[in-house]
Amino acid sequence: MIEFILAKYNYWIYITLMMIGFYAMIAKPNLIKKIIGMNIFQTAVFLFYISIAKVKGGTAPIEWEKAVQYDNPLPHVLILTAIVVSVSTTAVALALIIKIYKAYGTIEEDKILEMNK
Amino acid sequence: MSISQHFPVFVILLPLISAVLIPILSRAKKIYGWYISSAATFFSFMISVSLLRTVLDKGEISYWLGNWEPPWGIEYVVDYLSGFVLVVISFIIFVITLYSRNSVDKEIPEDKVVPFYSIYMLFVAGLLGMIVTGDIFNLYVFIEISSLAGYALIAVGRKRDALIASYNYLILGTIAATFILLGIGYLYMMTGTLNMADLRERLPALYNTTVIRTAFAFFSVGLSLKIALFPLHIWLPNAYTHAPSVIAALQAATATKVGVYAMIRIMFTVFKPHFILEVVPVARLFLVLSAVAIIAGSLLAFGQKDIRRVLAYSSIGQIGYIVMGIALANRLSIIGSLIHILNHALMKGGLFLVVGAVVYKTGITDIDGFKGLGKKMPFSMAAFTICALSMVGIPLTAGFVSKWYLALGALQAGKWIMVPVILISSLLTAIYFWRIIDNIYFEGHEVEGKIDDAPPGMLVPTFALAFCCILFGIVASIPVNITGLAAEMLVGG
Amino acid sequence: MKNNIIIQIITRLLFPFIQLFGFYVIMHGESGPGGGFQGGVILGASVILYVIVFGIDEGRKLISEKTNDILNCTGVLIYGGVGLLCIIAGGKYLEYNILPLGSVHFASHMGMLGIEIGVGVTVSAVMITLFFETARQGK
Repeated sequence: MIEFILAKYNYWIYITLMMIGFYAMIAKPNLIKKIIGMNIFQTAVFLFYISIAKVKGGTAPIEWEKAVQYDNPLPHVLILTAIVVSVSTTAVALALIIKIYKAYGTIEEDKILEMNK
Repeated sequence: MSISQHFPVFVILLPLISAVLIPILSRAKKIYGWYISSAATFFSFMISVSLLRTVLDKGEISYWLGNWEPPWGIEYVVDYLSGFVLVVISFIIFVITLYSRNSVDKEIPEDKVVPFYSIYMLFVAGLLGMIVTGDIFNLYVFIEISSLAGYALIAVGRKRDALIASYNYLILGTIAATFILLGIGYLYMMTGTLNMADLRERLPALYNTTVIRTAFAFFSVGLSLKIALFPLHIWLPNAYTHAPSVIAALQAATATKVGVYAMIRIMFTVFKPHFILEVVPVARLFLVLSAVAIIAGSLLAFGQKDIRRVLAYSSIGQIGYIVMGIALANRLSIIGSLIHILNHALMKGGLFLVVGAVVYKTGITDIDGFKGLGKKMPFSMAAFTICALSMVGIPLTAGFVSKWYLALGALQAGKWIMVPVILISSLLTAIYFWRIIDNIYFEGHEVEGKIDDAPPGMLVPTFALAFCCILFGIVASIPVNITGLAAEMLVGG
Repeated sequence: MKNNIIIQIITRLLFPFIQLFGFYVIMHGESGPGGGFQGGVILGASVILYVIVFGIDEGRKLISEKTNDILNCTGVLIYGGVGLLCIIAGGKYLEYNILPLGSVHFASHMGMLGIEIGVGVTVSAVMITLFFETARQGK
């Protein structure tokens, strides 16, 4: 049981972070806090990918004469792409929030829903 | 070594390059944006038809990007399924792009027209890329490209409600895409490959592990959110109601369909049908959800005042039909599903284009605003009536063919309870469309009979779609043959 | 921040070094950490620093709106252009080994470098555009 928790600590960390981000996305009424939650949520998934790339006894996947074994470089490359996607999503979301602020005067979700009624 | 062997890449490359050419070339004249997008979508449509003909002659096409052999490299695969969906989607996109010139003049502010066309082309490139790719991470990248462009396009709507609708869609869509990314990570962790054909080889030995089941769960939830399967449909009514008319038509006709295509790929090409039918019987869950979606979509469309909301809830119901065909997982029901992808794109596209013409002329989208339009805009209303009849499923229209095959598939799988569900929802569809048609033709007699219809630039594409509704209702053999081959490849093998 | 002379002088001193580092990161993308996106962000960050310290109008003199719009698109065209060049040279899309540049190794390196430069140009231009558009809302 202890071995189950301690040996797989990377999965526990990523799940905790993911749930924190997910909760922030759903529960916080401020629109910017939702975006921060979204970033935490996506960063947790990136951590998961990188953590499964580690090979026992491997060094970073950069060419080095003294290296015996390299880590798996493919998840690193996938996460580079996913980080770009995450940055783009944050950029679009922030642009939307600026326009919402100009149109409604507030970025609290409950006040906006009231104004829309 | 001709140029046609590179067509799988060109079908994506043309919209992508035109997306970046439009801002540069439109500095000269604003209208170049529309010319370039129409040309790019036209050539994409021609390339898709050529690809489908090659596939029907010679079999599956496989294109290795960078000449790296899969599974180390990315592979673009055009087989019966992707060829069919490619032709359908690129045709609808071409027709809607032709229509967009007049509609954009009225609805999009002047200084936003050039970025609008540029992002529009990015959206198209993302959709076409989703269909052609054979690599599962490439699928995620294209899903995100089209989703991000979609959020930006919806936000250009006239009222400020469009911004909130787009923001909600963004939050939910990002959750869905991140779930899909997680599913890909789990699959990669267990098999070490990202190629769909290679995953198909390696997964059956691992079907009973928790990791693969979790991966499938994440895929299902993520893709269900993207296609707005009940109960994950909350974003759809607001997004379709407040978007500009062109974008509502485009999203309704194409974006959800390509999401369904991605779901078919995951469930039948990456995971064999054996998985969803026997190992983890999710097929039953999807069947129940789709039945609820069909009934709920038709019921919720009843009390709505805004016609675009009626069409949005009706779309939720129609997605239920397509998922029902997938969940039954036999040859006839998949033929029904794939033909319904074609038909619903034609019908819903046509309906939204007519609504766009009404907005262009009168600016109102209330059902009451349709009173007397039968005299003022006879051609648009004729197209509306044809598409509405096709949605109900009258014989001789396209809608009847897909419902017939879905009913046959339900009977073959032994789930005869689905047949009354289809019939009841057709009845409900008839009722809520009758309200609108009643307003069009049988009310508003005080309106003078001056014909003031939409400009031909909007009428011709609308009539093209309405004509195809009737064409594929009478000459249904062409889609049925192609989808028959696709269905055999998916479940027969 | 126009009044604070120390920040102005340090920014003027650092600006070329940040850009040089950005180019270094782009060029060494294939054999070390770095690549198009990372280097592009550093390049964009240098201009953003300049605009923060000296103001939007000075920043617009550095890179005009027309140049910005064109640079946004040029990177993607370079990327597509490298791929099409490989098709013209007889291979598949983005098949660098085919390019007639001497050895296969060298051609492969040049292809990847071309792509990274394209990505770097677009990413830096987009970062600058994002910053200018967001900063302009305050006016």
